[in-house]
Amino acid sequence: MKTVFQKPEAMTDVPMHYCPGCTHGVIHRLVAEAMDSLGIREETIGVASVGCSVFAYEYFNCDMQQAAHGRAPAVATGIKRVLPEKMVFTYQGDGDLASIGMAEIVHAAARGENITVIFVNNAIYGMTSGQMAPTTLIGQKTATSPRGRSVAETGFPIKMCELLASLEGPSYLARVSSHDSRHILQAGRAIKKAFEMQQQRKGFALVEVLSTCSVNWGMTPVQSMDWLAENMIPYYPLGVYKDITAKEGK
Amino acid sequence: MAKTLMKGNEALAEAAIRAGCKAFFGYPITPQNEIPAYMADQMPLRGGVYLQAESEVAAINMVYGAAGTGTRVMTSSSSPGISLKLEGISYIAAGELPCVIVNIVRCGPGLGGIHPGQGDYFQAVKGGGHGDYRLIVLAPGNVQEMADLTSLAFDLADKWRNPVLILSDGILGQMMEPVFFPEKTEVKEYEKPWATTGARGRKPNVINTLDIVPDSLEKRNYQLIAKYQKIKEEEVRWQEVATEDAELVLVAYGTSARVARSAMEVARKEGFKVGLFRPISLFPFPEEQLGSLANANRQFLVIEMSAGQMLEDVRLAVEGRSPIHFTNRMGGNVPTPEDVLTKIRTIFEGRGKE
Repeated sequence: MKTVFQKPEAMTDVPMHYCPGCTHGVIHRLVAEAMDSLGIREETIGVASVGCSVFAYEYFNCDMQQAAHGRAPAVATGIKRVLPEKMVFTYQGDGDLASIGMAEIVHAAARGENITVIFVNNAIYGMTSGQMAPTTLIGQKTATSPRGRSVAETGFPIKMCELLASLEGPSYLARVSSHDSRHILQAGRAIKKAFEMQQQRKGFALVEVLSTCSVNWGMTPVQSMDWLAENMIPYYPLGVYKDITAKEGK
Repeated sequence: MAKTLMKGNEALAEAAIRAGCKAFFGYPITPQNEIPAYMADQMPLRGGVYLQAESEVAAINMVYGAAGTGTRVMTSSSSPGISLKLEGISYIAAGELPCVIVNIVRCGPGLGGIHPGQGDYFQAVKGGGHGDYRLIVLAPGNVQEMADLTSLAFDLADKWRNPVLILSDGILGQMMEPVFFPEKTEVKEYEKPWATTGARGRKPNVINTLDIVPDSLEKRNYQLIAKYQKIKEEEVRWQEVATEDAELVLVAYGTSARVARSAMEVARKEGFKVGLFRPISLFPFPEEQLGSLANANRQFLVIEMSAGQMLEDVRLAVEGRSPIHFTNRMGGNVPTPEDVLTKIRTIFEGRGKE
């Protein structure tokens, strides 16, 4: 019998703890596939963050460091500066990256650190049971915006790709989604490109992957995929926000 | 290199580079800015990495990352900046990662002042960050020790897989004294099979401090405690001057010890039997050595630039066997030898403790 599909080498056998309808598992797989296809598993050090993906160090089959909440880009900077030949990536959620870790991600991007950042945006704090995040949409009900997020009280959600694109430092910024197979394939290509940018020493690469949190959004998995497409994508448009390798005039 | 006149902060930085420090992550704060400036200048010339981080928080996390790769790495700051680092320090200690952290202490609390102080003793020695961990804490008393103890710090960090904190102060950082560096510093190599360097030819290494299984985390805590116990047995450092016949022993570290020493010398000339006990390792604290000096015929005078922090450890070591007196200045003021002498005379005249 011929094997036509298998678990990537860059993933372990540890059963994942993610909720039904969460796309973390899918995104982990895309990262692992990128590592396999580029043959970089044994040269890679990943930095796990704090959120639902806190156990990422159990799911990726490469050297891993667990960072404090928000600090992954700084930890990754420390690793990459002393081991510039190795591949370094962070895997962060929206609370980790856009709230407590805002300074670290902006400065790592501004410095053009030659790392790859996988930013999973599901507009909520999942692990701590559904609090409002900087990327929570206006009107979205969460544990700490029980009557819906209001602009007057908490301002507007933050668009990270747009924000980082204003800096000279980043070399590749892309926003993709994980809500259906077409978008998952697109996301996989962007993630692989983000690793290639590092491999080619082009600088800072980040892929923002829109994701779901069906449990804390209070929906079924299928409903949450639809909600993402209907509500998140209009506010967080998909696309490439920066690509220094793109042909001129594109 | 013959003896050369150097500023404390710069001697410390030079010693770090000679000890094999290959990465420095820092941030500007008075009164330690000479350290990042020296590193910014020298590291690129001597095969090391220098980066000014966006904050002390970012810097300590860069240290965590680099330390996890097995690289000798250092950061420096001053009091409020060390407060910012405490989360990262707890993580580094929990992960058993070697690194050197330098605190050129200024007065506090809060934004405080830029003059020297010794109000970070609790922060350094009793933990500071959350959880049950300990740092090895070394307290230099002169510029030569700023260099020598920094060199030692890197070795102790690797030997024990523990962060080591140099607890200095604004005077020692700024003062200039002759420093001697040996022709060649021997940089001891340590095996680091746990380091994250890319899992080629081996199983992946994971540096992680999260453990949500109580029995497992408890076991990890016991391992840390066992390590700290061994450190207590092997790494105590202190200096004693004229304690054998002393009726009053001055206890002080860092700049306060220099002042105490001057006062002691004058007091001896005036016929008072005064000695000096200077802890050099604050963790592990020389409690046995200090305690062995305590008896009914002896008194102690603790001198600190704080409200009395090491004072508590002195009380613990002495266990009530001798009276303990205290004199201090705060706010950036430094006790003078005259202040201490006045106190010494008062004690001998039997006017008792305050």
